Amino acid sequence: MTEARKTKAAIRPANGRLAMTTPADLARIEAWEYAPAPEARDYLAIQPRYELFIGGRWRKPKSGRHFTTINPATEETIAEIAEADAADVDRAVGAARAAYDKYWRRCPPAHRAKYLFRIARAIAERSRELAVLESVDGGKPIKEARDFDVPLAAQHFFYYAGWADKLEWAFPNTRPRPLGVAAQIIPWNFPLLMAAWKIAPALACGNTVVLKPAETTPLTALRLAEIIEQADLPPGVVNIITGSGATGAALAGHRGVDKVAFTGSTEVGKEIARACAGTSKRLTLELGGKAANIVFDDAPLEQAVEGIVNGIFFNQGHVCCAGSRLLVQESVHDVVAELLHRRMQTLRVGDPLDKNTDVGAINSAAQLRKIEELAQSGDADGCTRFQTECDLPARGFWYRPTFFTGVSMSHRIAQEEIFGPVLSVLTFRTPDEAVEKANNTPYGLSAGVWTDKGSKNFKIASQLRAGVVWSNTFNKFDPSSPFGGYRESGFGREGGIHGLLPYIEARP
Amino acid sequence: MMTVDAVGLEERAADLAKRSIKKHAKIHGLRIAIACIDLTGLEGKDTPGRVAQLCRKALTPDSRDPTLPHVAAVCVYPSLVSAAKKALEGSDVKVASVATAFPSGQSSIAVKIEETKEAVADGADEIDMVIDRGAFHAGRFREVRSEIEAVKQACGPAALKVILETGELGTYDNVRRASQLAMEAGADFIKTSTGKIAPAATLPVALVMLQAARDFERRTGRRVGVKVAGGIRAAKQALQYLVIVKETCGDDWLSPAWFRIGASSLLNDILMQLWKERTGAYQSDEYFTKD
Repeated sequence: MTEARKTKAAIRPANGRLAMTTPADLARIEAWEYAPAPEARDYLAIQPRYELFIGGRWRKPKSGRHFTTINPATEETIAEIAEADAADVDRAVGAARAAYDKYWRRCPPAHRAKYLFRIARAIAERSRELAVLESVDGGKPIKEARDFDVPLAAQHFFYYAGWADKLEWAFPNTRPRPLGVAAQIIPWNFPLLMAAWKIAPALACGNTVVLKPAETTPLTALRLAEIIEQADLPPGVVNIITGSGATGAALAGHRGVDKVAFTGSTEVGKEIARACAGTSKRLTLELGGKAANIVFDDAPLEQAVEGIVNGIFFNQGHVCCAGSRLLVQESVHDVVAELLHRRMQTLRVGDPLDKNTDVGAINSAAQLRKIEELAQSGDADGCTRFQTECDLPARGFWYRPTFFTGVSMSHRIAQEEIFGPVLSVLTFRTPDEAVEKANNTPYGLSAGVWTDKGSKNFKIASQLRAGVVWSNTFNKFDPSSPFGGYRESGFGREGGIHGLLPYIEARP
Repeated sequence: MMTVDAVGLEERAADLAKRSIKKHAKIHGLRIAIACIDLTGLEGKDTPGRVAQLCRKALTPDSRDPTLPHVAAVCVYPSLVSAAKKALEGSDVKVASVATAFPSGQSSIAVKIEETKEAVADGADEIDMVIDRGAFHAGRFREVRSEIEAVKQACGPAALKVILETGELGTYDNVRRASQLAMEAGADFIKTSTGKIAPAATLPVALVMLQAARDFERRTGRRVGVKVAGGIRAAKQALQYLVIVKETCGDDWLSPAWFRIGASSLLNDILMQLWKERTGAYQSDEYFTKD
């Protein structure tokens, strides 16, 4: 034993007895910090400029304009992206129409399945590359892109590939027919996954597609276009065009489109609904949410806290079904708040490409401003703010995981969708009050119920007006399970047999 | 009592097991793991000679690397306590003795107390007792508790580790309840397993026990340590347990004062990993002494 070792501080148990101490107590000398564990990205080839994928070819935009996409974690420019204007939209819709008439509507269902299986396998094979790209372009932690976004995207293609030649079985006594050209507009929170949710059922049912990814996160959709190209899909069956909201509006408003599917904000969803009104276009919308996560006093609280953390901090809270309103029974409010606060301190916020990062970068400067503004309204309304105490990187867009206590239903942070890592904690006393408060919102996308009592769990779940209710868990997804909203969270379902319906005419 | 949802618990444990521990974090973590080991010899054929060799290994895990810490304790049967004590004389490595009709716990309380007293008299610094699972399953919780209290009393100055034998408890709710009970009865450590039955320690079980210990400290101000034992043979597993300790209870629990790993073959795997980190290549296991 060296002297140095002997002088290491002994640790006294609370009872004051020096019992379990050994001087070989190197553990305490310095805190055990995880070393950086960055996912390699050097092999990832990103072109300096991307064009539009129309009719199976990469075309320069008629608009002649490009915009840049940046890495929100560093604010560095990654690539230039073509901006499609109305003429480009017209060309894309024309290509989709031609492909529909020429190949796709005539393509035997089993062959459609073959193409979808091919895409699914390619996504799985290139999963690492897609995950890194998703993380770099959108700011999400690599572990989420790797373990959630990309595998689930592949699973959706596998799942709907299976349906392609079984539509008559899915809808008995009908002759299921495709609709034609589907215009699909997707958000920036799960770029590749949303593309899969949209494209897979559309193709399985025999439609052709024009997809527009979000302005801030086009790269994985463009990589998907490369995969589709390599899968040898007939040209024009899938067209991927990039641009801003104006491009989306032109696409949704195009007269050659038979079906519009939109995932995004309720505000834009309403505009699209107005544009589609009075036309023959079929429409599905998957919009915002302000989900209630209800925790009863008989819940498994440790796991409920995990569910709360997952519900609001998963993907930096950029989740339409995020559990952004925590309704906790008043008798366990303090213990839940304490456990939550403690748990939040272990969240690792920072470099999205680090495999140990739990919370990545906010997707854009604009979104960060919106989160800041709403959180400040929580302060101004007198709510109490709790945050993860951590250093944030100097560059990039970041927001500390946050929750507010002392929130009332009338506060803005209890009503408006923040779409960031900010949780509002409200209390209730009885199950009826919990249900009333949970349903007291214009939205209705998802909800969570935490109680160890099975009968109560089912009873509460059946009273909630939400498209998805998670019992003793949160944010669970499966291609076979339908997802969609009530009321201002939209209509139509994605996933499962239900997800075929928006893309099919199922009449005798 | 706080209930445990098995699905959520196992998910969380699996999540934590995915932490990527590389480079200096790995080296640092493995050194902590060594310092937390209760180097265990619990074979029927153990002899004073074998125990002496085990103790030598405990003091100097790797003669080629004198900077490594010694392990926390050597864990033996009561009859070998004096041999271990002798071999470890003058060092800070503790002698831990299993007691109370280990591993079954199926004997009278009088015998258990006598056995404990004898081990302590022979010089045991720590006693690893087993709870009466039969009484626990029969719902005689008060009996389980009073037995722990009695053994604690018999320990005198020695610290008491209470083995819950979680593999026989059946549910995580039971693990949580038994943890609670043992801590309230005066345990200095709660321990997963005897290592004699499977399943022994698992990550979710360790997580439940750490949460229970953390909550107990918050409520009572008294900190109780956690020991995982049984089936931990790989350095990687040891790091996963350290991650769970760190992220559940905090950095200051990463110390032999509050966390132990009961193991025998684990030590050599850690040494092998440390040499691999140093040289970039795995060495033959013949370079590592098998004591």
